[in-house]
Amino acid sequence: MTTIANASSGVIGQPMLRREDPKLLSGEARFTDDLKIPGALWIGLVRSPFANAKIISIDTQDAKASPGIVAVYVASDLQSEWAGPIPSAWQVTPDMKSPAHYPLASGKANYVGDPVAVVVGNSPTEVADAVALVDVSYEELPAVVDLEEALTDANVIHEELGTNKCYVWELNPNPQGIEDAFKSAAHVVKERYIQQRLIPAAMEPRSVAVVPSPMGGDYTLYSATQIPHILKVMTALTVGISESKIRVIAPSVGGGFGSKLDVYPEELLCLALARKHKVPVRWTEERTEGAQATIQGRGQVQHIELAADKDGKLLGVRADIIADMGGYQQLITAGVPLLGAFLYHGAYHTPTYAFKCTGVYTNKTPTDAYRGAGRPEATYAIERAMDSLAKTVGVDPAEIRRRNFIPTESFPYNSPAGLVFDSGNYGPNLDQALTAVGYDTLRADQEKRRAEGSTKHLGIGLSFFVEMCGLAPSRVLASLNYAAGGWESATVRILPTSKVQVVTGTAPHGQGHETVWAMIVADKLGISVDDIEVLHSDTSIAPHGMDTYGSRSLSVGGSAVHIATERVLEKAQKIAAHLLEASEDDLEYQGGIFSVKGSPDKTMPLAAIAFEAFTAHNLPDGLEPNLEATTTWDPPNFTFPFGSHIAVVEVDEETGKVELLRYMAVDDCGPRVNPLIVEGQIHGGLAQGIGQALYEEAVYDSAGNLLNATFADYLLPSAAELPTFELGNTVTPSPTNPLGVKGIGEAGAIASPPAVMNAIVDALSHIGPIQIEMPASPERVWKAIQAVRA
Amino acid sequence: MYPASFNYLRASSVREAISMIGDNEDAKFIAGGHSLVPLMKLRLATPSTLVDIGRLTDLSYVREDGGQIAIGALTRHRDLEISPVLNAKAPIIAKVAGQVGDPSVRHKGTIGGSIAHGDGASDLPAAALALDAVFVAEGPSGRREIKSTDFHKGFLETALAPNEVLVEIRIPANIKSWSFQKFNRRAQDWAIVGVAAVKNGSTRVALINMGSTPLRAAGTESAIQSGASLKEAASQADLGLDPPGDLNATVEFRRHLAHVLVGRALEELG
Ligand SMILES: Cc1cc2nc3c(=O)[nH]c(=O)nc-3n(C[C@H](O)[C@H](O)[C@H](O)COP(=O)(O)OP(=O)(O)OC[C@H]3O[C@@H](n4cnc5c(N)ncnc54)[C@H](O)[C@@H]3O)c2cc1C
Repeated sequence: MTTIANASSGVIGQPMLRREDPKLLSGEARFTDDLKIPGALWIGLVRSPFANAKIISIDTQDAKASPGIVAVYVASDLQSEWAGPIPSAWQVTPDMKSPAHYPLASGKANYVGDPVAVVVGNSPTEVADAVALVDVSYEELPAVVDLEEALTDANVIHEELGTNKCYVWELNPNPQGIEDAFKSAAHVVKERYIQQRLIPAAMEPRSVAVVPSPMGGDYTLYSATQIPHILKVMTALTVGISESKIRVIAPSVGGGFGSKLDVYPEELLCLALARKHKVPVRWTEERTEGAQATIQGRGQVQHIELAADKDGKLLGVRADIIADMGGYQQLITAGVPLLGAFLYHGAYHTPTYAFKCTGVYTNKTPTDAYRGAGRPEATYAIERAMDSLAKTVGVDPAEIRRRNFIPTESFPYNSPAGLVFDSGNYGPNLDQALTAVGYDTLRADQEKRRAEGSTKHLGIGLSFFVEMCGLAPSRVLASLNYAAGGWESATVRILPTSKVQVVTGTAPHGQGHETVWAMIVADKLGISVDDIEVLHSDTSIAPHGMDTYGSRSLSVGGSAVHIATERVLEKAQKIAAHLLEASEDDLEYQGGIFSVKGSPDKTMPLAAIAFEAFTAHNLPDGLEPNLEATTTWDPPNFTFPFGSHIAVVEVDEETGKVELLRYMAVDDCGPRVNPLIVEGQIHGGLAQGIGQALYEEAVYDSAGNLLNATFADYLLPSAAELPTFELGNTVTPSPTNPLGVKGIGEAGAIASPPAVMNAIVDALSHIGPIQIEMPASPERVWKAIQAVRA
Repeated sequence: MYPASFNYLRASSVREAISMIGDNEDAKFIAGGHSLVPLMKLRLATPSTLVDIGRLTDLSYVREDGGQIAIGALTRHRDLEISPVLNAKAPIIAKVAGQVGDPSVRHKGTIGGSIAHGDGASDLPAAALALDAVFVAEGPSGRREIKSTDFHKGFLETALAPNEVLVEIRIPANIKSWSFQKFNRRAQDWAIVGVAAVKNGSTRVALINMGSTPLRAAGTESAIQSGASLKEAASQADLGLDPPGDLNATVEFRRHLAHVLVGRALEELG
């Protein structure tokens, strides 16, 4: 039996083109804003132009009288619509402090972009004109922008909390041990880094449309969301509508990177106003609005300390960070930095470890998950600090890493932070990257340029990352006080005509699940992917799911699909045995056909079995009709992908400009179901991580104004700024799931910022110890050079 | 963002465009729309009427005319970039046009729009200044010529009257010694600082984004005239200028970049 279920027909591992692309590329795909919804009202938000201000009065007269306007509401008009505040699902400590947060601010606005009134009208343009006519009188208060200043509580944003401090979360399993480690260390490295705020900037802006059904009091909520299932529960609870009356559909969704892993005021307003006005209500974000009012990523001040013996072997790692919440909690704001809490020692063995995070409110856009969520921050701190350690000890950056790698034989590795790293084989991965990039030749080139007195310096930057993904074992989430589980659901259904439907609880928004889930099923069933359809992102079709984020979909959702397929095949085998009058153990299965061992003429295709299962005319006793299986898979552990990334840069000393000449990434995400999609995920992640290192930063002035809320000023890298990525891979399967897969969605964004920054520091190391923060703009690089020269 | 509402008229000749705009001070010509529309979307410009001159294809040309090259104002950046005449006789314009924005900008934006907009950060007006170009404008009372050095009056302000259409740009042919230095962070971006320099008898150096208008580096030019070394001349690049400071570069860094880039340009001129 098991031999059949374990059969593979070689589909897994093929670089199949994505099935979703023709529709996306030809414009046939439909996004939320594309939906034609007759009779829909549009909403527009009046947003605070001040970061911290009392709302004295709001005059809506002129706006109400404006053409095409149906209503204008302020917070007090809608208070009775809410059964609860905007949900925050992660109370990270029992005493964590959270301000009240409703879709419209009342009394006080806490960041530039905080909505204070909503205009309802017949068209988006009429609404835009009327939004400008709402006259809000504010009393501006000094803004709290800087994290360390916020912690002094000199100026408290939310009076009712009495402090800007949101929480302190600590992990210190061996306080005496770590003290001793630092006392006895031959080398100590202390660094402070800034994780600047980033604007996620998904290609599709946010968009919502709520359509009340003509009867029964049901609502269909269309949203450009990554989390249709979570959204259904959360909107039901917040707006006070039975969960069974809400259907959430995420049509084609153009990227999210965590920014659509949230429950936003606009979703709640559209639902509440559709209920109130009994007509469809919709909204689509504008770009500048999105920069201000969609969550931002990162936002941390990091302190990291390494203690090492005389050879540079780690004795202890201590991290103490301040994390910017922004003006309020969004869905998992408080928990995001803690997704990195266990990873500040990176891929290196250390006997002692301590981590502390202080969450703090500021008058800025709320932060939340953004590609990597907590893990890029951790990786950045340890990987830059390891370079400092290498310098202190006087060895090559590659060598300091090799000396400290968690040895291959210690996997599964019990980490000092309390995790179990599933599998790893770090040394060979690093060697492969160094060889492929031609590390020794590059070092020689670097020396040559220096000797020639060139003003264009070559830098080589290394980053070895390990991350935890595959969110998540539900019990671990419970221990972190997260308000949901981490399982995933799948149904595999073979229809009477032998077409296959795969229903998944994951919610792809660019990842390619329609291709990969079909490949998993095709591989096992030995049929063509063209006969398999993947259904998702509609809570009426896929009622159970935990959606897509945290590089979880393949290892958790793909595993569920794999298991459900096995179950269907097991049932088919029973029917085949019955119809072929053979024992189940005597059956073989290949290319979608059951046959009896030794009697090659006795065969039955899966298609015929599907039809028999449907007619149920002749099934084994006690077997239910139909070929269908549903399963829910809760992973026993996280997965721990890893890899070596190497950036090669040229730094122009005269202008400070950094040019990324080469980028080599050797990732290990376990077996690659579709290598083409894996590489696509790496490319996208690299672009975002390189963006963080060189270009991107949400810049706030001291009054809390976001100074670069357009794409002219917020610099996203384009293909022209990026070299042709050089990719390699190693394969270390994860023992925690049946596919052995790990996850690749975030790897590029996690590994690349320190690789690029280490390369810049390396390029200028002969001039002096360069201190530089991200993004490494020409002016910053130039000034950093002036500073060491002075 | 949605622009405020406006009327839209499409002209089929320069004459018609001029009469359509009449004496309506709130009306504006629109060519490629790639400077005007962004301003309208941010509601920084709210023209009551747009007179579209974008389809006046007879104003899209590059041709030799005596010892000069005449460029129609409606010529798109992309057409400048690939123009055989320019590539042979005044490659600096082709080169500059090829570095404006990104391909979609280059296929829509026009040289006339770029010059008429009068933005100190634009590339083509600086090239025109370095070439001592002459602009031909047509108004209700006919055509007149305006020297490029007399054209830029202030921030987004030019010598054009509201009812005048820029119809032609005239530059000298046979430009052999030239340099274009555009410093930006991403290929698609405006210059943080840029330099267009031409040696054609005398040396003329124009700067991009070093003031509120496209301008010439008077300090450098006079230093060269009085026989200073290239290095000395480059160090005068920002003399008397008041460059802007923004997120890409502070005033101090812009001055520094002007020195470096002018130095590189002068070296390239030889
Ligand atoms: C993303 C982006 C990036 C860009 N990057 C760059 C860059 O790197 N470098 C650069 O130099 N530019 C850049 N631009 C601007 C681009 O070059 C514009 O196309 C150009 O500046 C304006 O030309 P247009 O034809 O689009 O003018 P429009 O936007 O149509 O008009 C601009 C102004 O000029 C007036 N006008 C236009 N034509 C005439 C005419 N013939 N007679 C009288 N008045 C006229 C209009 O009334 C308006 O006031 C960029 C633009 C965008 C959107």
